[in-house]
Amino acid sequence: MKSRSGFRNGALVLGLAFLYMPILSMVVFSFNNSRLVTVWDSANSPTLTWYRKLFANEQILDAAFLSLQIAAMTATGAVILGTLAGLALVRFGAFRGRAMLSTMTTAPLVMPEVITGLSLLLLFVALEQLTGWPEGRGIMTITIAHITLAMAYVTVVVRSRLVGFDDSLEEAALDLGAKPLTVFFRITLPLITPALVSGWLLAFTLSWDDVVISQFVSGPNSTTLPMVIFSKARLGVSPDINALATILVLIVATGVVLSTLYMKHEEKRRLREEQMARSGN
Amino acid sequence: MVRISGSPAPQGLSNSRLGLLHALLHQYGPPRWSRYVREHWSGQRLVIAVPWIWLFLFFIVPFLIVFKISFSEIRLAMPPYAPLFEWLEEGRRLVTTLDLSNYAFVISDGLYVSTFLYSLKIAAVSTVLCLLVGYPMAYGIARAAPTTRSLLLMLIILPFWTSFLLRVYAWMGLLKSDGVINNVLLSLGLIDMPLTLLYTDLAVYIGIVYSYLPFMILPLYANLEKHDITLLEAAADLGARPFKSFFLITLPLSVPGIVAGCLLVFIPAVGEFVIPSLLGRADQLMIGRILSDEFFANRDWPVASAVAIVMLIALLLPIMIFQRYQRRELEAAKR
Repeated sequence: MKSRSGFRNGALVLGLAFLYMPILSMVVFSFNNSRLVTVWDSANSPTLTWYRKLFANEQILDAAFLSLQIAAMTATGAVILGTLAGLALVRFGAFRGRAMLSTMTTAPLVMPEVITGLSLLLLFVALEQLTGWPEGRGIMTITIAHITLAMAYVTVVVRSRLVGFDDSLEEAALDLGAKPLTVFFRITLPLITPALVSGWLLAFTLSWDDVVISQFVSGPNSTTLPMVIFSKARLGVSPDINALATILVLIVATGVVLSTLYMKHEEKRRLREEQMARSGN
Repeated sequence: MVRISGSPAPQGLSNSRLGLLHALLHQYGPPRWSRYVREHWSGQRLVIAVPWIWLFLFFIVPFLIVFKISFSEIRLAMPPYAPLFEWLEEGRRLVTTLDLSNYAFVISDGLYVSTFLYSLKIAAVSTVLCLLVGYPMAYGIARAAPTTRSLLLMLIILPFWTSFLLRVYAWMGLLKSDGVINNVLLSLGLIDMPLTLLYTDLAVYIGIVYSYLPFMILPLYANLEKHDITLLEAAADLGARPFKSFFLITLPLSVPGIVAGCLLVFIPAVGEFVIPSLLGRADQLMIGRILSDEFFANRDWPVASAVAIVMLIALLLPIMIFQRYQRRELEAAKR
């Protein structure tokens, strides 16, 4: 048995190294002061040159600001729509159109992005021809496209959180005369808050990261950050992207650690409260 | 007659035209509608309708449009395709131009066929490699102590939260001819000449396995974690070697996890655009790139649409299997 656990741990260590090595190399080389991007120049490094250049690059800063706006709107919209869809699928039993809703919320998860991007662009063009809306393409169309993709992910997260709870609490509140809306805000919502937090973050990341769909549905004045990075990366490795990547990795790592801690905390509180409620009986 | 609350029709007018009008107004006018809303259009319907309509409008309708345009003729205009139905002679004659030539072109043209086959090959090989890397990792996590398990899971998911694009880009720096891997191998004296790693099929495999690994590991882990460990103990007590009991017990039980993980990697990998664009060969494109080039560079929307439809048909079976699996998982969680 010992050799097998050795094999398992070896596979895990190697796999994790495989996952983290590229990220680490980006971080290291962002401090490299050499024109050969991937050759370490120990005489002049580490340096903050690339960070300075990055913060002087208005194209990147503008694109980053635009991406932030789109990602925030996407995450909020996707959480609202995804929560409604998850609630309907888990709590409402059988209703007309349920199978369709279920299909429509899982298919975007595996749909190749080029197809989603192309079809949404064709929709926007056709809509503009028919109704005059949307006028051209830009922030609005990118956000709509991102919400459509991200809400599918949020629905999965909310769904799997909701099936984890039986609906006896909600039933009890309804029996005691609470209105459905009150039940939702006082009972269901607090129960699924952790799922909403991770759903929001997931949707934000998806939007913040998307290049393929954005390329299809963006307009002349709406170049997002991933689009800038992608067009730069196609020309080769450039050190200011390494610097940008390092900053993003730092932000993400902090965010994920903080939200994990928050969710652990919430989970503990919930368990404690459940225990108290039981012992109260 | 259904009388609406509050405002009965005035008695004296009931037989006159005005009375009829009044009654009709009551029956079909705003008051009746608001009562209908109160009785039938409860909050529940709204909760269902909002996401349903959104997804129908922005997910289903777009596909119908792609489907429609794939049968259109290309035209030098904006948008660059001919309408399928046209009224000629001032609306007296309806003319349809159903054009199958886009499909004929996509199916018979050697470039498209080879691109399709190449994309399927790349996706299939990457999926198998992903499984080979991901399975031992998922197994390791599932058999780890509960306290380390959540930490390991977080470590697997953490890179997934950082930009996918930047992680693919990072491999460019590693795989370049003067990149990190070649430099290390050269300085160790293992090679004399830098290896050509970037812009090859190998680079695409690495990129796909790297980016999609969490999608393989998570469903596998979810499956392996549920296994009953006493089965393995029983097998060991009866004298089975660990190797044998793995192939006779663990592997067959984990087939649903393998299927889910493989589909989650294979389906998006077929249409992958970013990874082959940054890491792949310039002389052999993948289908996602062809679609995008056809659309943006050639401005041939009908052919791009036909490519999308053919790709979708090829992926329909795997997508349906995935849907069924997903439904079963969520139903099973309910119990």
